[in-house]
Amino acid sequence: MKLFRFDRLAWIFMRVSGFILIALIFTHLTVNLMQDGGVKAIDFAFVAGKLANPFWQWFDVTLLWLALIHGSNGMRVVVNDYVERTGVRRFLLASLVISTTTLIVLGTLVIFTLDPCPVGSPSDLLPSFCPAG
Amino acid sequence: MPELGVVHSFTVTFIVRRFNPETDQEPYWQDFDVEMYSTDRVLDGLHKIKWEQDGSLSFRRSCAHGICGSDAMRINGRNRLACKTLIKDLDITKPVYVEAIKGLPLEKDLIVDMEPFFAAYREVQPFLQSTSKPDKENIQSPEQRARFDDTTKCILCAACTTSCPVFWTDGQYFGPAAIVAAHRFIFDSRDEASQVRLDILNSKEGVWRCRTTFNCTEACPRGIEITKAISEVKQATISGVRR
Repeated sequence: MKLFRFDRLAWIFMRVSGFILIALIFTHLTVNLMQDGGVKAIDFAFVAGKLANPFWQWFDVTLLWLALIHGSNGMRVVVNDYVERTGVRRFLLASLVISTTTLIVLGTLVIFTLDPCPVGSPSDLLPSFCPAG
Repeated sequence: MPELGVVHSFTVTFIVRRFNPETDQEPYWQDFDVEMYSTDRVLDGLHKIKWEQDGSLSFRRSCAHGICGSDAMRINGRNRLACKTLIKDLDITKPVYVEAIKGLPLEKDLIVDMEPFFAAYREVQPFLQSTSKPDKENIQSPEQRARFDDTTKCILCAACTTSCPVFWTDGQYFGPAAIVAAHRFIFDSRDEASQVRLDILNSKEGVWRCRTTFNCTEACPRGIEITKAISEVKQATISGVRR
C-alpha cells in the first residue's frame, strides 16, 4: 500500500483541515466582529493586543497555515483539472507555491514578532497607547 | 364521436449532431422531423430517420432494450441510453437534441472510439482472482454478495465516464466506470487481488481525481450509485477493505 501517495495525503488533508477551519474561522469571526463592541472595536490596538497573547498567536498561526494550504491546494486541483497546456500549468503551479510560501512566511513572522511600540521610533508614528518615549 | 382505438401521432423535431470524417472539417447540427407515438423511444426516432430519411446517419445499437449498453448518447444535454429514453418523458414542444457522448474521440455522427474507455476498464483487472482451488463450491453469504451488488449492474455503456468533467479535460482519469468495475471485485469476498486494484486506483489519475459532482450517478441508466462506490474505494485505500 502506497501510504504516502501525495494525492491521497492531499485528499485527507482537505477533509481534516476543512473541519478544523470551520471551528477556527467562526471563532475568529465571533471574537473579532461580534464580541465587545463588535466590528467597531477593531483597530491597531485591538490587533496588537490580541497578538501579544500567546493563545491568539498560536490560534492565528494555525488559522493562517491551514487556510493558506487548504486554499492553495484547492487551486492546485482546479489548475490540474482545467489547464491543459503543460507550460501554463507549470507556471501557474509554481506561482501558487511561491505566493503561498511567501504569505505563510510573512504572516508567521508578523504574528510572532509584532512589536506595536518599537523602541526608537518617532513618536508621531507610534499608536497612542504606546508609552511616551 | 372520436374514433376508438386510434393512437395519435405527432411530429417531433430531432436536431442531430452530424460528422462525417471523410467530408466534414467540423461537426454540424442537422434537423429531422419525425412522426412519432408517445410510446416510442428516442432510438425509434433515430431508426425512422435512418430508415426513411437519411440512411447515412450512423449510431450504435444492439439489443435496443437497455442491456447491451451500445447506444449511450447525449440527449438534450444529458447522457442517456436512446433505447431507454421515452418520447413522452421529453418536452416535444422543443426540438430534441441528440449528439455523441463527450470526451472520447468522435468517429462518425453518434459513434465514438470506445478504446480509451475500455483501456481504463482493462487496467483495473475486472475479473475474479483466486489462487485457491476449492473442492466444492466457493461459498459466499447473501450479505457478502450484497456488499457489491450495486456495481454488478454495470453494462459498460460509458454514460458515466463521458459525463464526468474531469474525464473531459484530458481523458487521463480512470473514470467512473473503471472504478465501478474495480469496486465490483474489491468488495467481493472471494477475490484476492483487492490490494492490487486499490494500488492502481490510489494514483494521480485514480480515485483522488473524483470531485464528487454526481454527474456519473445522474447519468447511469442502471441507477448505480457510482459516486458512493467511488467514495467506498477512496475509503478502502485509507482504512482497508471491509467486505
